[in-house]
Amino acid sequence: MSGRKRSRSARWPRRLAHVALILLALAFLVAFLLLPLATVFAEAFREGLTPYLEAIRQPEARSAIRLTLLVAVIAVPLNVVFGIAAAWAMTRFEFRGKTLLGAFIDLPFSVSPVISGLVYVLLFGAQGWFGPWMEAHGIKVIYAVPGLVLATIFITLPFVARELIPLMEAQGSEEEEAARVLGASGWQMFFRVTLPNIRWALLYGVLLCNARAMGEFGAVSVVSGHIRGLTTTMPLEVEMRYNEYDYVGAFAVASLLALLALLTLAVKTLLEWRYGDEIAAHAPGGH
Amino acid sequence: MTLELSHLNRRFAEYQALDDVSLSIAPGEFLALLGPSGSGKTTLLRILAGLDYPDTGSVLKDGKDFLATTARERNIGMVFQHYALFRHLTVLENIAFGLRVRPWRKRPSRAVIRERVERLLKRVQLDDLGRRYPAQLSGGQRQRVALARALAVEPDMLLLDEPFGALDAQVRVTLRRWLRELHEELELTTVFVTHDQEEALELADRVAVMNNGRVEQVGSPEVIYQQPATPFVCEFIGKVNRFLVRRNGDRLSAGGWMPDGDPWQGRFTEAVAYVRPEQLRLAVPSSQPAWEAKLRHIYLAGSVAHLELHVDALDQTLEADIASEDLSRRGLHAGMELRVAPRSAVLFPREGQGATLNQERWIWHARSPVPA
Amino acid sequence: MRRRVLPGFGISFGYALTYLGLIVLLPLAALAWKATGIGLHGLIHLLSGPRTLAALRLSLLGAVMAASINAVVGLLVGWVLVRYRFPGRRLFDALVDLPFALPTAVAGIALTTLYAPNGWLGRWLEPLGIKVAYTPVGVLVAMVFVGFPFVVRTLQPVLASLERDVEEAAESLGAQRWQTFFRVILPMLAPTLLTGFALALARAVGEYGSVIFIAGNIPMKSEIAPLLIVQKLEQFDYAGAAALGVALLLLSFVLLVIVSLLQRWSNRWAERAA
Repeated sequence: MSGRKRSRSARWPRRLAHVALILLALAFLVAFLLLPLATVFAEAFREGLTPYLEAIRQPEARSAIRLTLLVAVIAVPLNVVFGIAAAWAMTRFEFRGKTLLGAFIDLPFSVSPVISGLVYVLLFGAQGWFGPWMEAHGIKVIYAVPGLVLATIFITLPFVARELIPLMEAQGSEEEEAARVLGASGWQMFFRVTLPNIRWALLYGVLLCNARAMGEFGAVSVVSGHIRGLTTTMPLEVEMRYNEYDYVGAFAVASLLALLALLTLAVKTLLEWRYGDEIAAHAPGGH
Repeated sequence: MTLELSHLNRRFAEYQALDDVSLSIAPGEFLALLGPSGSGKTTLLRILAGLDYPDTGSVLKDGKDFLATTARERNIGMVFQHYALFRHLTVLENIAFGLRVRPWRKRPSRAVIRERVERLLKRVQLDDLGRRYPAQLSGGQRQRVALARALAVEPDMLLLDEPFGALDAQVRVTLRRWLRELHEELELTTVFVTHDQEEALELADRVAVMNNGRVEQVGSPEVIYQQPATPFVCEFIGKVNRFLVRRNGDRLSAGGWMPDGDPWQGRFTEAVAYVRPEQLRLAVPSSQPAWEAKLRHIYLAGSVAHLELHVDALDQTLEADIASEDLSRRGLHAGMELRVAPRSAVLFPREGQGATLNQERWIWHARSPVPA
Repeated sequence: MRRRVLPGFGISFGYALTYLGLIVLLPLAALAWKATGIGLHGLIHLLSGPRTLAALRLSLLGAVMAASINAVVGLLVGWVLVRYRFPGRRLFDALVDLPFALPTAVAGIALTTLYAPNGWLGRWLEPLGIKVAYTPVGVLVAMVFVGFPFVVRTLQPVLASLERDVEEAAESLGAQRWQTFFRVILPMLAPTLLTGFALALARAVGEYGSVIFIAGNIPMKSEIAPLLIVQKLEQFDYAGAAALGVALLLLSFVLLVIVSLLQRWSNRWAERAA
């Protein structure tokens, strides 16, 4: 009896320490993550529903939404094709310079977004390498939609490849070899074996890539030129309205982006719960 | 079909996986590639499957270049070490895969595919599990699905990579027998890779023992066990006692024991002798040369008893195996002294301390086999 | 050349390399080439300017401090999420990724509003004499925010696979709980912790969107290096912008090399014998 009593009393301080640690961690999460999120919606609806709806119905807001969708619709599929090709080459073959290729794929993660935009200005801007030639032929890249697309592709390039490479590495090539021995052609092998095996990880990568593509600010702001209605994506529209002291307008557009972020988080979490082992252990995804 | 493999070499960055390997595979035979890990046996199997290619050397199938065809075109059934079942397909879909990916002109009709898959499922005794996914099967069941999938394409040859490696001991023995029966029924040329000598000896018509990328010996299980061609084969197959034999005047001897005769006619001064534990006589009459040995321990392992014998003259411990029931019949107990001598041995001459000369192998048998 | 067994090497490798070359390598080459345009003198002049120095110092020091804070807090949060069971755990776990998903501009204006003198947090900090918005502290807050998920997410799988028996062994040998933590658990986590640190650091050094709103961008005080690049661009000083960009890239590269050396040292026990 006395032994039991002692062990219970010995456990008490530890229990207390656990509770203290949990409360500390939760306090940080609430203050640091939840409060900023709540601020977005609180500020957006500060003056009620009507001003909010007006703010997101303005033509500038609509064109910003359209442009954001357009940029993502071009950038994401291109990076998906790249991600699959890169992962296939990296995980199914041995070749010289493989480590270097892997480092190049990760490179955009460690480059400041501002620099990601800057490099395209240096290539296609008025004083850039190809600038004069393009101007002579009437092609506009910088301060136009192509520049926005290029900068977004640069920023989001690693996402899909980064999800697929560790998974395909872990899965190995035995199933694909089995398909070959059973007589499958290259495309049959890809569509019937490879793609089904990576589908959830691919969706996961697309999700992260898309969230980043729609939300990118730094790189896009450098190449955009901030022409209202023409080259302002949603994050840029947020910035412009904020700098014009149109706080409700800024937070209204921001709330749409925040909703996108929440949706992304929800689907991502769902994927992790349901298909965790088919997505595999992954390093956190970049910027 | 007959396969003729000649002078295959395959080098990986770090080591020579295949070193001048030549081998022929006869139609309908059951061949085991046996060796420790890293001996090149899996590389050889993958070359047959078209999943790897040699640096030099050739593989001819009925006289035609087999290496010119890709894995797709070889019409081979392969069972992978970890089965490589398609995890997103059901058992039925896995088995049907090879038929469904054929070009439409050669593809059997749905009904034919269905009928063949059902028949194979029955054959591998998984009739009720067709709608399951691989993850919902036990190891032994997965192995049989992999086999059914390989057989569905009606291959010319069946390749198995460590087919029983991932299974526990009991399932292993059952599946082994089952595979042997299947082979007798189908008469399909079958090559399998294993590191388990018991498995190779029990299953195969012929065994190729591999080491460091070389084929050390090819032969029937009896030949491999009783007439090992190299010291490696002696040591890798079964248990064996090893000791040195030295020339003493005009005779070879080891600690007082002498094999009668000398096929080398005095050419070598030293040889390595190998004696299987069951080839040791335990009560040699004093009229014959033998070692004085002390019986240190008796390890009873079911039907067999392992005896640990210390021979002072060799300064070495030898192991002898006898049937357990003989223990008490002969009144054996730890601590007793015995006169011990080999009944047969395999000897390889050595030049000084150097390598053995395997082509000079001598298989020695006692002239008058006295019952031990 | 050796025949490849699986198909598609040429097309996948060729496509990946071409794409990378056009999207990443060619533009970065343009950056390096343009940076040489100002010459060595120009470079030294540019980098030794007090305003540039102050901005680079803020970006680098701020990033190191933010990554350090994230290492500590991330370890705490990761530990709590992996080791303890409490209601809402999965929800909080999902919340950790918010800084990845929330666009930086949105985070920037939200943090600014939150920490402004009349904001939900700012109004409590103001009387204590702590000013966050429009000061270097604000820069730090934004940097901690964007780098937060890295440490937690790199630590979690390692924490989950940490074998309990090692801790139990330490306790059975008479170690106190805190001794077990500092002498056994922390050294085993160190390499992973440094990986998370490096990721958070790389992110914070170049961060732009979330920082510029809260920083106030006062020259010599709360101006970050990426902002200087943008300003040079707005003045059409392309060579200056490129040179500053290269300098920022090199500095963060040096930082990452130092971290990876530390990491190799802290991971020395995992090196297998030859």
